Amino acid sequence: MTAKSPVEISQPRRLGYSFRRNLRERFIEALLFLTAFASVAITLAIVVMLVKESYEFFQHVSIWDFLTDTQWTPLFDDAHYGILPLVSGTLVSSAVALLVAIPLGTIIAIYLSEFAPFTVREIAKPFLELLGGVPTIVYGYFALLFVTPLLQQIFPELPGFSLLSAGLVMGIMIIPYVSSLSEDAMRAVPMSMREGSYAMGATRFQTAIRVVMPAAYSGIAAAYILGISRAVGETMVVAVAAGMQPNLTWNPMEPAATITAYIVQVSLGDLPHGSIGYQTIFAAGLTLLLMTLSFNIIGHILRKRYREIY
Amino acid sequence: MHESTDVHATSTQYKSEVRDLSFYYGEFNALKNINMVLHEKQVTALIGPSGCGKSTFLRCFNRMHDLYPGNRYMGEIILHPDDVNILASNVDPIEVRMRISMVFQKPNPFPKSIYENVAYGLRVRGVRQRAVLDEKVEEALRDAALWDEVKDRLNQLAFNLSGGQQQRLCIARALATDPEILLFDEPTSALDPIATASIEELITDLKDKVTILIVTHNMQQAARVSDYTAYMYLGELIEFGVTDTIFIKPKNKQTEDYITGRFG
Repeated sequence: MTAKSPVEISQPRRLGYSFRRNLRERFIEALLFLTAFASVAITLAIVVMLVKESYEFFQHVSIWDFLTDTQWTPLFDDAHYGILPLVSGTLVSSAVALLVAIPLGTIIAIYLSEFAPFTVREIAKPFLELLGGVPTIVYGYFALLFVTPLLQQIFPELPGFSLLSAGLVMGIMIIPYVSSLSEDAMRAVPMSMREGSYAMGATRFQTAIRVVMPAAYSGIAAAYILGISRAVGETMVVAVAAGMQPNLTWNPMEPAATITAYIVQVSLGDLPHGSIGYQTIFAAGLTLLLMTLSFNIIGHILRKRYREIY
Repeated sequence: MHESTDVHATSTQYKSEVRDLSFYYGEFNALKNINMVLHEKQVTALIGPSGCGKSTFLRCFNRMHDLYPGNRYMGEIILHPDDVNILASNVDPIEVRMRISMVFQKPNPFPKSIYENVAYGLRVRGVRQRAVLDEKVEEALRDAALWDEVKDRLNQLAFNLSGGQQQRLCIARALATDPEILLFDEPTSALDPIATASIEELITDLKDKVTILIVTHNMQQAARVSDYTAYMYLGELIEFGVTDTIFIKPKNKQTEDYITGRFG
């Protein structure tokens, strides 16, 4: 090569405190802090609002009645404020959804991460993610107008609204959340660990089940917890396909309202601000928040306990 | 007649014979027409500069390359006493790996207890009887000189062990299934000098039980642990022979340059 031209680099002529650079750094730091703080502040504001309105509610209704009464009829003349029917509806529809989403999501994740050839994975993943991008109201009507009639051919006694139908469709909706996160966790397992297993004469399946899954345990647990939170908090599918009648039942073949469906129902009506009926939705919302919060805490503890070190 | 008895005599002392082995990563020719032997219950070292193909060669012995698409073997690796070409397409790589174990560069224990790590190879073969597993796990851990350190905490997670202990655990894991050949891919490159010394000692001890092939970057290590040494360069086997001869009086100028540190 020919002669190299010397490159000029501007060096500070005098070493000392740079006021301008320092100010810019401070400004950027403050901006970043505000952005991070905003999300925390909004969460706190929501909690404060829920607790405040619920406090008003519990001035009228004892916590004991709220937790033990088996009827939820806040808008009737003979008002009962037992959350159990809504909790049962929420838990049954979520259980059905998770019975669909967790096994299928896990199997899909194992296939995509450990078995699928590159091209299959590249085609299948966008489609799966599309499943998560379909508006939930579409899933709701899919459950009501397609899945329910289909189920009625197998179970003729199934009513037009049912937790089963809503739960099944909700499960399909949650699959991408479970499969995508689980797959990421499994793919993050170092190749050296898989090779160690293959070198011992293990098959692909044995390697996936006995080595890769335990190694990806914390990520898979996080995926399941996210799935549970999604199922418990899901609104449109259950509001459309499971019915609006609070019903204390553990039978998925019955219609029942979930906590979210009730909140939708009441917020669409015209209850006066400050009335007891209005306050019920905050108590219900707080219950829902505590449910998802406890699932998240359980997930966090599980993750910490089984955190793997590479 | 005379020749055939000769072949028979050699095939009992050779554990494996490599004949005209070439290997391709897609279009890239990584190994070129290699011919050599592994002597039964001896340590053979593969040395050479980075990228010379020694790890690629090692990984042919347990068909590790079958895990990735686009890889192609040519030639034969004959395993004695069966006289079977383990690279043949009708030989199941899983069965090859059940008889030829491997220890990797970085310790790679599984996210399981110490006991289950060692029992892994037996479990994937379907061994369930607790007594058999217990016996084999203890024997393998003793052979890997790890038993005394871990016998009271077999149910603890393997990640809690130190790096050197983890590598000995991986050796125990590889020994538990009574392999005929044990492959080591730079087994001490991630370890400190004391752990390295204990692994080297172990390799020397294991010679009584199993044929060993070891890739190493460290020429002193090759000189210390091996009986035979192969020098490779750019995918070719440059020189193969008794370790003392290779290190003291190499026939090939390239080998001499590498060993004396003038090159590589």
